[in-house]
Amino acid sequence: MSNAELIGQDPGWVIVLKGVLIFAVCVFLTIMSVWGERRIVARMQQRSGPNRVGKFGLLQALVDGVKLALKEDLIPKAADRVVFVIAPIISTTACFMAFAVIPLTGQVNFFGHTTVMQMTDLSVGVLYVLAIASVGVYGIVLAGWSSGSTYPLLGGLRSSAQVISYEVAMGLSLVAVFIYAGSMSTSEIVAAQDQWWFAVILFPSFIIYAISMVGETNRAPFDLAEAEGELVGGFHTEYSSLKFALFFLSEYVNIIAVSALATTLFLGGYRALPGLGFTEQWLGGWFTLVWFFIKVLGFFFIFVWLRGTLPRLRYDQFMKFGWKVLIPFSLAWILVVSTLRVMSQQGASQGLIATFIFSIALIYVAITTLLDRKKAELTKASREIKAPEPSFPVPSIPNSRAEQING
Amino acid sequence: MINVALDVGTTASPESYLFYVLAPLSVVAAIGMLLVKKAVHSALLLAWVMVTLAIFYIAQEALFLGIVQIVVYTGAVMMLFLFILMLVGVDTSDSLEENIKGLRIISIVAALGFGGLLVTLLSRATFGRPVVGLSVNNSEGNAKGIAVELFTRYVFAFEVISALLITAAVGAMVLAHSQKAKSKFVQRDLSIARFRKGELKDAAGLPGSGVYALHNAVDVPALLPTGNPAPSSISAVLQARGDIIETSNFELKEQTEEDK
Repeated sequence: MSNAELIGQDPGWVIVLKGVLIFAVCVFLTIMSVWGERRIVARMQQRSGPNRVGKFGLLQALVDGVKLALKEDLIPKAADRVVFVIAPIISTTACFMAFAVIPLTGQVNFFGHTTVMQMTDLSVGVLYVLAIASVGVYGIVLAGWSSGSTYPLLGGLRSSAQVISYEVAMGLSLVAVFIYAGSMSTSEIVAAQDQWWFAVILFPSFIIYAISMVGETNRAPFDLAEAEGELVGGFHTEYSSLKFALFFLSEYVNIIAVSALATTLFLGGYRALPGLGFTEQWLGGWFTLVWFFIKVLGFFFIFVWLRGTLPRLRYDQFMKFGWKVLIPFSLAWILVVSTLRVMSQQGASQGLIATFIFSIALIYVAITTLLDRKKAELTKASREIKAPEPSFPVPSIPNSRAEQING
Repeated sequence: MINVALDVGTTASPESYLFYVLAPLSVVAAIGMLLVKKAVHSALLLAWVMVTLAIFYIAQEALFLGIVQIVVYTGAVMMLFLFILMLVGVDTSDSLEENIKGLRIISIVAALGFGGLLVTLLSRATFGRPVVGLSVNNSEGNAKGIAVELFTRYVFAFEVISALLITAAVGAMVLAHSQKAKSKFVQRDLSIARFRKGELKDAAGLPGSGVYALHNAVDVPALLPTGNPAPSSISAVLQARGDIIETSNFELKEQTEEDK
């Protein structure tokens, strides 16, 4: 029986209980991931991190939450009161809704009722997640606008531009998955990864999605909307107390949500690692939940790793990367993927497919060589500054040094 | 299409409750969109109307249409709108001055024409044609049904529209684009130029403002080792506005008898 049919048979109490459980798991994961992030980043920076409250500091995030809730709730005079209050609510609501279509387990025994841990199985489930994500960004943009001060406004502006540009790349990266799975439903995409994960056969799509999901969640190195070095706190500068806590919560729930989607689309979802398929039957199917969360937490670790490693991008570099690298590349990749798919469906010979791949590689090399040559000419022209040699010692400038050496 | 609409009116399904709750909200938001003063509020209400419409589509089993409505209109088009509104000005409300003569008459005529077109088209689309019903069209799934129609029967219209949109986008780019004669002088070039010409003291940045422990703020010039203020340490804007604190209080001076 397919997931959609199984879910269709759920009685009311199962649906309600599932919703509550998924919500509780999200909140719990958020609290634990705040602690986890602080510990991991601390480790990367040769510090200890929070280790006072509870064993290993496990209760630190909980205590911080209580502290945040007890702080004074300020609304600036210049703020647009209604929008100012609505903004964090939109942000938080949207990020939880994305979990409705993610399959967390395979078939399980749910208090005597056979079902799957998935709220609903839409035939366009992945598009639904994209739609919800784009609504969630309204929270950030409106928070920036309604605060009535300059830094939040700049943060909101950045965020809206960022989302428009990176959502295109994200959507394009999903097209290849749809073509190979033959469906846009999350459960069928998981089922289609029976043999091979899409992260393996559609590796470029996976990379594009992974990059744009960092951009979409406003996380380092793409956290330009709240760049604390430039914009104080960005869109949430004027927020305090519970309203700030809601933004904080939604940021982490969002991370978990995009990681869960990435797991579903590219890493086989709740399915076990290759060769460990027998574990899927353990605990009456509930063991698949463990696999799911191992993969999601793996993504979360990468988020933290990126934050601990990379400096923030400059805004123009970030935009250039999105429009001039990610989008053209994913368009070309979709062309290649769909051609290959049609060729294999029409029963083309292996030699023909190999020739096609070889010629694509050849075209790629030719284009990049030409681009490199043009870029080298441009830089050479722009770097020629006719000025007398300074009378004081200067550090070597990489470009001119290379020119001196190479003539 | 008609059957579905009648069903909503006669049965007490969850769908009709949804309609009774959301339809008034949607209409109120649509009217509010016209009446509110701030452009951003207007945009926000329009976004809400779009979301409720999407929910109606989904309730009527046009799942793909509903989701795409949110992704494209609410997510991208309205976001662009908001971007422009925020860029243009935070507090500008619409100016009601007429710049073009007879604008009111033209707009009324255009609105009536558009309304007439819409009504005739809609009536032709629904009346006097055999209605096969949604279940036949959705037999292979909503998304697949739309895809088949789009890429077989309406493929020409679809391609014409995409060509039109691309022409519009390219036209906008051509109009807005300006060719730079020289490549832009970026941060990197600035940094190189600073080392290549000038003096050693220019190689580093300008001095920071403020005198530690006495008055550490942007409105007071830093003191040089000689004890004199460094005018280059404060922003030219503050200087022009006269928002500078007198530095004489912080300057190094001979100790007087009183100080001792």
